Amino acid sequence: MELYELTVHELMDKLDRKEITSEEIIKSYSKRIEEKEKDIQAFVTTTIDTAMEKAKNINRENSKLAGIPIGIKDNICTKGVKTTCSSKMLENFIAPYNATVIEKIENEGLISLGKLNMDEFAMGASTEYSAFKTTKNPWNLQTVPGGSSGGSAAAVAANLVPWALGSDTGGSIRQPAALCGVVGLKPTYGMVSRYGLVAFASSLDQIGPITKDVEDAAILLNAISGHDEKDSTSVNLPKKDYTQNLVKDVSKLKIGVPKEFFGEGINEEVKTSVEKAIEQYRKLGATVEECSLNIANEALAVYYIIACAEASSNLGRFDGIRYGYRTKNFNNLKDIYKNSRSEGFGAEVKRRIILGTYVLSSGYYDAYYKKAQKVRTVIKQEFEKLFEKYDVLITPTSPTVAYEIGTKSNNPLEMYLADLCTVSVNIAGLPGISIPCGVDSQGMPIGLQLIGKPFGEETIIQAAYTYEQEIKFREKYKPEFKM
Amino acid sequence: MSREDYEVVIGLEVHSELSTKTKIFCSCPTEFGGEPNSHCCPICMAMPGALPVLNKKVVEYAIKAGLATNCKIANISKNDRKNYFYPDLPKSYQISQYDIPLCTDGYVEIETENGTKRIGLTRIHIEEDAGKLNHDEYSRGSLVDLNRAGVPLIEIVSEPDLRSAEEADIYLKKLKSILEYIEVSDCKMQEGSLRADVNVSVRKKGTKEFGTRTEMKNMNSFRSITRAIEYEAERQIEVLEQGGKIEQETLRWDEVSGKTFSMRDKEDAQDYRYFPDPDLAIIKISDEMIEKIKSELPEMPENRRERYIKEFNLPEYDSNILTSSKYISDLFENAVKICNNPKAVSNWIMTDITRILNEKEQEPNEIPFSAEQLGELVILIDKGTISSAIAKKVLEELFENPRNPEEIIKEKGWIQISDEGAIKEVVLKILEANPQSIVDFKAGKDRALGFLVGQAMKETKGKANPQMLNKMFLEELNK
Repeated sequence: MELYELTVHELMDKLDRKEITSEEIIKSYSKRIEEKEKDIQAFVTTTIDTAMEKAKNINRENSKLAGIPIGIKDNICTKGVKTTCSSKMLENFIAPYNATVIEKIENEGLISLGKLNMDEFAMGASTEYSAFKTTKNPWNLQTVPGGSSGGSAAAVAANLVPWALGSDTGGSIRQPAALCGVVGLKPTYGMVSRYGLVAFASSLDQIGPITKDVEDAAILLNAISGHDEKDSTSVNLPKKDYTQNLVKDVSKLKIGVPKEFFGEGINEEVKTSVEKAIEQYRKLGATVEECSLNIANEALAVYYIIACAEASSNLGRFDGIRYGYRTKNFNNLKDIYKNSRSEGFGAEVKRRIILGTYVLSSGYYDAYYKKAQKVRTVIKQEFEKLFEKYDVLITPTSPTVAYEIGTKSNNPLEMYLADLCTVSVNIAGLPGISIPCGVDSQGMPIGLQLIGKPFGEETIIQAAYTYEQEIKFREKYKPEFKM
Repeated sequence: MSREDYEVVIGLEVHSELSTKTKIFCSCPTEFGGEPNSHCCPICMAMPGALPVLNKKVVEYAIKAGLATNCKIANISKNDRKNYFYPDLPKSYQISQYDIPLCTDGYVEIETENGTKRIGLTRIHIEEDAGKLNHDEYSRGSLVDLNRAGVPLIEIVSEPDLRSAEEADIYLKKLKSILEYIEVSDCKMQEGSLRADVNVSVRKKGTKEFGTRTEMKNMNSFRSITRAIEYEAERQIEVLEQGGKIEQETLRWDEVSGKTFSMRDKEDAQDYRYFPDPDLAIIKISDEMIEKIKSELPEMPENRRERYIKEFNLPEYDSNILTSSKYISDLFENAVKICNNPKAVSNWIMTDITRILNEKEQEPNEIPFSAEQLGELVILIDKGTISSAIAKKVLEELFENPRNPEEIIKEKGWIQISDEGAIKEVVLKILEANPQSIVDFKAGKDRALGFLVGQAMKETKGKANPQMLNKMFLEELNK
C-alpha cells in the first residue's frame, strides 16, 4: 500500500510509531501528483519543493499533526504564495498575510502541498467557472467534481492530498465532497475564523475540512476551529475535542427526514440510495421520522438574493487600483474601473454582481433584499422548531451525481439547482456534513447530508461516523479515473 | 420683493475625527501625517479576506458626544455599508450607519443677539474616514495615501434650524467647543479633523415649507462656511427673484472667486445601496454603560461660565470668551491656581495673548507656554518685580522660547528698579536735564509730570517702578 492511500489518522499512527517520516509522506504525494495531476487538474499552484524543505525540519514534539501534508482552497490567503480565487482578477496576487486558519494549521506543523482549484470566487457548483482550468472528477474524468471546492474534493478523492480545506457558502464543501465520494464538513457559522478567507457572502461563508473519512474531519475541525478576535462573527465557545465523538452509537439519536428534499428535482437513484441509508440508521437503533421543512423551496431564492447582494459589495475592492488585474485600456478613472472589472471577472461572477447590485438598489431593496432577510429569519425558526424534536436531519447532499463537463455551465439556473439541498443550512448558519452512502448504476458516488443544531458538530460527527463504520464505503469503492 | 422678505434656512452635517489612538476597524495609529501608506495594514488597505473589528472606544466617544448634546442613545445599533467607487475608498464601501444611528434627537444651545436659541440635532453616527488622493504633477496621475483611511469619524447632523450665516458660525464654534471639552476630538480644522457639509435653502418669510436646498461638501474653515452661506443665499434669492427655480444639487465653493459652482454630476446620481455590514456584530449598549459615560462627562462650558461669574466675579462677557475654548479655559483655571488673581489672568488672555494668537494666526492649543508660566508672570507683576510694560515683553518671549518668567527677566536684566536711592538718582538726573518741564509743572500743566516719568522710564529701559517714580517726582517738584 502506498502512503498516499492512507487516511491522516493512519499516517499519524505510523509517524507516532516512527515507521515513516514526514519526508516519505511528502515524497509519496509528490510522486502521486506527478502521475495524476495531469488527469485531475486540481491544483492552481503546487508548493511541493517548499513542502519537502519543511518536512526535513519538522518537529513532532508539540503537535501530532506535524509533518502531515494538506491542500488549501485557493480563496484562503497564504502569505508568500499566490491566492488567485481561480480568477484572472487575482492571477498574480500574493497576499501579504496569512488567514487565521493558515496560522492555525502552520502552528500545528501541517505542510501545504499547494492551492486548489475552485469556481471563480467560489461562485459555481462544478469548478467549470475557474478562469484557469477545469478540474476532473477522479471517478470519471468526463464529469465535473462539483464545486465550488472542486479542486479540494477531487484532490482528496484522487489521493493528491490526504485532506484539504474548502469553503462553503451554499454547499461548496458538501456538494463536491458528495460528487467525489469523500467527506465534507461545513461547520456552524462562527465556528471557524473567516479572517483571510476571500469573502464571497460574508454572512454565509464558512471554512471546513474535506477528508477521506469522518475521523479525519474531526481531527481537522479540532485544528481549525476556535474563537478569533480578528473575526467579529467568530463565536467564543470553550474548545471541544471532536474525536471524542468517534463512537459507533446512534441508539439515542432522533432523526428527522424533511420530505421536501426527496421530491421533484432529486434524481431517483440518489433518492433510493439516501433512503437506504436512512433505513440503515433505523436498523442501527436510531428513531427516524418524516418531517417537513416548509420553506425549503424558498431557500434557494433567499440564498441567491443574499449571497449576490453581499458579493456585489464584497467584490467592489477588486477595482484595479491597489492590487490585482488592471486593464491596459483606459483614459480615465471610470475606464480603469469598468475595463479592469469587465476584463478581470468571468461571466458568472459578473452575473452575480449585477444581480446583487440590483437587489440592493433603491426601489428594489425592500422587495428583494429586505424580504429575503425576513424569509431568512423564518427559515431559521423552521429549523429551530425541527430541532426541538430531532437531533439531526438527513437529506441528499446533491440532487444528482456528477454530470458530464459542459452540460450545465451555460445554463445558470440549472446550475443553481445543484445547491437545492445545501443552501438552507448556510442560511440558518447550521453545521452540515456530507458522507458517501453508495454509488449509482454508473458507479458514481452519492452523498448523504446530516444537518445538526447550531454548534451540534459533535452529534453529526457521531452520526456520520457510525454509518461510515457500518457501510465501509472506502473499502468497497475507489475512484477509477475512467477516461 | 427684496432681500429682507426672504429667510435663509441652513442645516449642517459636521464630520469630526475622533481622537482615539487607533483606527475604527483595525489597530493602525490615527496620528496625522507620516509617510504615505505607513499607517496601514491589510484591514484598512482592504486586502482580500481582511475583516473589520469595531474599536469600542469609538462607540464610547460617540456616546459621549451624544450625551454632551442632549441626544437619546440607542441600546441597539449597527454598522451599514455605503457602496460607491472612489480610489480613496479601498473597500469600495464606507462602513457607516444608516437607519439606526448611535445617537438621535439632541440639541445644542447657542447665544445669539436675540438670546439663547436651541438648534436641534437629528442624529450622530459613527463612520470611517476615507484615504487621501495626492495629485502628482510629475506622473500626471494621482497617488493614493491610505493613512487616513479608517480614522474614526462622527457625523453630527443638525436640523434645518439655523437662519443665518452668523448663527451657523456660532453653532459650529459651539459644537467645536463641546467636542474639545469632552475630549473626543482635537477639532484641528487645518488637518481636516472638523469638516462640514452645508445645506442652504431660502424661503419667503412666513412660509412653512422649505425651499429647495443645495449642498456644499467638505468645507473646513469657519470663514469659508460663513462666506459660502452668504453667497449661496444671495444667489438663490437672485434666482427666485428673477422667476427661476433652484436645482437640488451639490455645489463646489471656490474660495478664490468667492462663488459656488455646480458640480454637474447629476448623471452619476449615486445609489449607495446601503445594507447592514455582515462582517460586524450588532452594537449593544447597556443603560449601565450610558450611565457610566454620563457620570464621567467633564464640566461643560455653560457650567464653567456660571462658575467664573460667581466664583471669580468675572463679567459675563469675559466668562463667555474664556470658556469658548477648552484649551483657553484650562489655561485660565490652571494659571489662577498658581497666582490666585483671576482678573489679571483673564485680562492677559483676553488682550495680549489673543492679540498675539491673531497675529500669528494660531489656534489656542498652539500656545507654547504652560499655565504655570502664565501664573508666575502674573505673580511677578503683583509682587512688583516687573512692570506691566516688562511683562508684555516677557509674554512675547514666552511665545518665542517658553521658559520660567523669572529666568527670562534675570537673563534679560528686566528686574524692576524699586530701590529708593536708585530711583531718586534717576529722578534728579531727569529733572536736571528738563528744567522747562519744572516750569511747566509749576504753571499747572499736569502733563509735564507724565513726560518726566516717561523720560525716566526711557532712561531705565522700562525697569523703574512707575508708582515710585510718580511719587518721587511729585515730592521733588512740590519742594
